[in-house]
Amino acid sequence: MAIPQLLVHEKKDTVGVIVVEGLKKGTDMLCVVTADNSSFKLKSRMDVPIGHKVALADIKKGDTIWKYGQDVGVAKAKINKGEHVHVHNIKTKRW
Amino acid sequence: MTKKSKKNGRSVAKKNDNATFWGWRRENGRVGVRNHVIILPLDDLSNASCEAVANNIKGTMALPHAYGRLQFGEDLDLHFRTLIGTGANPNVAAVVVIGIEDGWTKIVVDGIKKTGKPVIGFGIEGHGDIATIAKASYAAKEYLQWASELPREQCDISELWISTKCGESDTTTGLASCPTVGNMYDKLIPRGIYGVFGETSEITGGEHLARARAATKKVGDKWMKVWQSYQDDVIEAHKTSDLSDSQPTKGNIAGGLSTIEEKALGNLEKIGRDCKYIDVLLPAETPKKGPGLYYMDTSSAAAECVTLMAAGGYAVHTFPTGQGNVIGNPIVPVIKISGNPKTIRTMGEHVDVDVSGILRRDMTIPQAGDALIDMIVRTANGRLTAAETLGHREFVMTKLYRSA
Repeated sequence: MAIPQLLVHEKKDTVGVIVVEGLKKGTDMLCVVTADNSSFKLKSRMDVPIGHKVALADIKKGDTIWKYGQDVGVAKAKINKGEHVHVHNIKTKRW
Repeated sequence: MTKKSKKNGRSVAKKNDNATFWGWRRENGRVGVRNHVIILPLDDLSNASCEAVANNIKGTMALPHAYGRLQFGEDLDLHFRTLIGTGANPNVAAVVVIGIEDGWTKIVVDGIKKTGKPVIGFGIEGHGDIATIAKASYAAKEYLQWASELPREQCDISELWISTKCGESDTTTGLASCPTVGNMYDKLIPRGIYGVFGETSEITGGEHLARARAATKKVGDKWMKVWQSYQDDVIEAHKTSDLSDSQPTKGNIAGGLSTIEEKALGNLEKIGRDCKYIDVLLPAETPKKGPGLYYMDTSSAAAECVTLMAAGGYAVHTFPTGQGNVIGNPIVPVIKISGNPKTIRTMGEHVDVDVSGILRRDMTIPQAGDALIDMIVRTANGRLTAAETLGHREFVMTKLYRSA
């Protein structure tokens, strides 16, 4: 299998993780879902550091963010498919 | 394959069948993978004497720490439990305890003595540092030469007690290094090892999942009580805003973790898919319910947590890291596992097991688990960990509240 740029834990997830260094905007990324080894393609809309997350679909403000098939927080702003997802646009629901 | 694993019907990777290691069997039957003679201070005031003894007698090791005066109640109990547990750990052959006075020194000596290993205590008051250092040095020399002749014996891998705690986590720990530890536990717990995980604060966000991994409802309820008490007594009582500035840490955020839930879910990957924890331990408490996975109520600060688990009797530590936590422990080898290719490129000297192949999809998690088991056996046989070669000996006592 070719080396993926992005890994997703579960089918249900709305974000995936960049697993290569120096990912550039506009990369046609190979994305793999680790739960079942299925793959898909996604275009990155910005440069994203290794370990950081990208939206797998358009996310509306207030939407729950899913990772590991679990609720990991809420969108503070609209996030477009392929954009960087981090503390600037999501937060825990706890506090 | 052991009877136990057959009984449980679990499959164990063939290459690890009948895996054995060469360890030191102590007087109480426990097996150690290191053979340290330690010079253990009861309190902060005795650090100087202990360090002088360790300087005199080459090959012994002082374990300086910051506390031990005017502590009381549960905090004092934990102090004694940590010191006694450290001395009692099977990686320790013999112990010289030095305290400012005889009374509390004797409590630690008597606690360690229950293991049957050689231990002696010295109080400084009435003698001064110099006479104490001289007496303690003679004892330490005798212990060290005795320990240096102790033979190793071949032991089944099931005799290992293996702890885990991750640090400087990022999104790669949840994808690679934590599931590697989980896979190791899924393979070795059925073979009869003792395991332990902890980090009460960092389960926040995954508490429903942690509770569900208890072996029985009663154990799950006990776990929930510990977690809730941390929320009420520590966070709610002391927070100024929320935990956002410390959890996730700045290092976690740099590594891509955005919320405490995301961090907790990655953290919980360390307990694999199959194992259930059979009891909830106090900090530094020795497990009493036989082989299996345990939960220990610990802080999530790496050195505090590893120190408590070592005091509970665990002899090898597995430590997944993403951004590159450099922690070690004086008596327990800390095996670092990382799947972050950037960390391996920039600070590879700290990493014992490279599982970055999981991210490239050229290594599976079961393969990574086998690689970790191999490294555990090699470490038990004497291979020095990255942390040991780099001199990391973080020994940090957990303090529950201000002293009297």
